[in-house]
Amino acid sequence: MTVTDHTRATADAAHSHGVGTAPDASRADRPTSFDPEVFGVPNGREEQWRFSALADLKPLLALEGGEGHLAWDVPELPAGVSFVEVPADEAQARSVRAPGDRASAVAVARSGGAMALKVDANAVIDEPIAIGMHGAGEDVRGHLLVEMGPGAEATVVLTRTGSAQYSEFVSVDLGDNAGLNLVLLQQWDADAVHAGEVVARLGRDSRLRGSVVTLGGKAVRLNTSAAFAGEGASVDLFGLYFADAGQHQEHQLFVDHAVPRCTSRVTYKGALAGKTARTVWIGDVLIRKEAEATDTYELNRNLVLTDGARADSVPNLEIETGEIEGAGHASATGRFDDEQMFYLRSRGISEDEARKLVVRGFFADLIHEIGVPAVESSLMKLIELELEQIEEDEDA
Amino acid sequence: MSTLEIKNLHASVETPDGTKQILKGVDLTIKSGETHAIMGPNGSGKSTLAYSIAGHPKYTITEGTVTLDGEDVLAMSVDERAKAGLFLAMQYPVEVPGVSVSNFLRTAKTAVSGEAPKLRTWVKDVKKSMDDLRMDSSFAERNVNEGFSGGEKKRHEILQMELLEPKIAILDETDSGLDVDALRIVSEGVNRVKENTGLGVMLITHYTRILQYIKPDYVHVFVNGRVAEEGGPELAERLEAEGYDRFLVDA
Ligand SMILES: Nc1ncnc2c1ncn2[C@@H]1O[C@H](COP(=O)(O)OP(=O)(O)OP(=O)(O)O)[C@@H](O)[C@H]1O
Ligand SMILES: [Mg+2]
Repeated sequence: MTVTDHTRATADAAHSHGVGTAPDASRADRPTSFDPEVFGVPNGREEQWRFSALADLKPLLALEGGEGHLAWDVPELPAGVSFVEVPADEAQARSVRAPGDRASAVAVARSGGAMALKVDANAVIDEPIAIGMHGAGEDVRGHLLVEMGPGAEATVVLTRTGSAQYSEFVSVDLGDNAGLNLVLLQQWDADAVHAGEVVARLGRDSRLRGSVVTLGGKAVRLNTSAAFAGEGASVDLFGLYFADAGQHQEHQLFVDHAVPRCTSRVTYKGALAGKTARTVWIGDVLIRKEAEATDTYELNRNLVLTDGARADSVPNLEIETGEIEGAGHASATGRFDDEQMFYLRSRGISEDEARKLVVRGFFADLIHEIGVPAVESSLMKLIELELEQIEEDEDA
Repeated sequence: MSTLEIKNLHASVETPDGTKQILKGVDLTIKSGETHAIMGPNGSGKSTLAYSIAGHPKYTITEGTVTLDGEDVLAMSVDERAKAGLFLAMQYPVEVPGVSVSNFLRTAKTAVSGEAPKLRTWVKDVKKSMDDLRMDSSFAERNVNEGFSGGEKKRHEILQMELLEPKIAILDETDSGLDVDALRIVSEGVNRVKENTGLGVMLITHYTRILQYIKPDYVHVFVNGRVAEEGGPELAERLEAEGYDRFLVDA
């Protein structure tokens, strides 16, 4: 056990117990804090950092730098929606909780305030709100607030392109009976480094659908937490990632069932191709004592397309009450192997086409879950570009 | 009219104990409309012959030639061989998760014929062929071979053969593990394709039972990596009665 220091953690959440956790400690015991020093600098042995691309992420853990900016491309917003800058102390106060690791604590500390996207109570926005975030190779720290008033409904798509050294903390607040479909697209250039933490709090009867798509970037580490604050809420978290040679993509999930009668589904799928392609998925679900009638299922599937790629998949389900509706998890990593390739080719299908067939089939259901037609149709094309990348790597 | 000509074919496989020679000089010629039964003991190299013709990367051709209408088959990639008109119904068809049967069939048909099939006739053709093979239409939406029973996998192989219309098909133990009803359905399928397209067939089998449904023109006894004896349908009867002992002594 690491020695903990209760005095330094801010008492933001119910469980702010200090530094570090033993591998078998409850997920509830992880510290959260706006003070980066509470976390110390990770050395790679910590549970939440042991699979991470620490060498690439290192600059994002230092209490310096980050003066650059991303170029925001914000459309004309409909009535009931605002997008404004918020000063630093107010931004912290409006966040649903404090950051859960050093990277996002540093992001908040050095962002100099937050951008807040707010949808007013009972505003129902039919068209997706599509916001672009483009990096011009700068070093950037960001803090973002997404706030859904009670009864509000909206779809928000954040598309990240270009290159950056970027860390961020995204707070998502769903008022009672609000509905949000939040899509985060990581379409970075090949040299981008991105560490992000998305934390959501779900009010009574609210519905969050969150999709994460990570295709680009050298190292991307994107952690999503959803905590239920009121009964009857539901969260669906989808993730799609595709790592090729030289890419390290990590997605950590944490669903905190703290109140009764909530539902959660986590579905992440990843494909890997190329010798040094690396992906990590860690899915933690905690069903607390109070969370009776919880219904939860999490799933991670990985498809390894070529030799040398490595996918780690770690599901954790912690159950503190017997009175649940259902709880399960599944994790599997399969190889598209030589025999499958031979079978398809023996039917006249070329090697490239065979891979496309398998990868399309693997992702098809998931893509349809995103629920934003423009994103769904462009995604298949982007995935096919990824596949062409493999062919080029192989020919090289 | 097509001819598959196999001459002096030698093939080996890499094993942990070194290179193992499996095919030791196979000579065989199959023409359109002909059915050649290949019978031989376990491990004699029948599947290796089938895979070598189809181009499985595990097997290295060390000597000999395979031509289809004079074209060098061994110089072709696996998918080129299929496009040239060769088809292998596998002894153990492979499961391909995530790829539906209907998508797979359409992609294969498009690849083999060089253009996407006309949607309306294609849907009709697939349905008819599946009906004829007593495959429920729900198979179209299932993943390729995933969770199929042994008999369903074999029917699915014949379905592909019917839809892809090859010139020469190699059926590697398509009859193994089938009950009498399934055997009849599959055999009728093969005969239908033969009748409609003049398919040439290499029928690898352990049992004479299938030969009551699919009449062979020639029977080849395959022992120790080569054809040990050839004859007409009567040779099959003799093998059934006597077994392979006579040939194994020679080998
Ligand atoms: N990849 C391999 N590695 C090692 N040995 C192999 C390999 N493939 C085939 N063999 C061996 O080659 C020989 C011929 O195998 P093959 O599968 O061609 O026989 P078969 O005649 O089809 O047998 P069966 O009637 O059982 O299907 C066997 O001894 C087999 O063990
Ligand atoms: Mg065999």
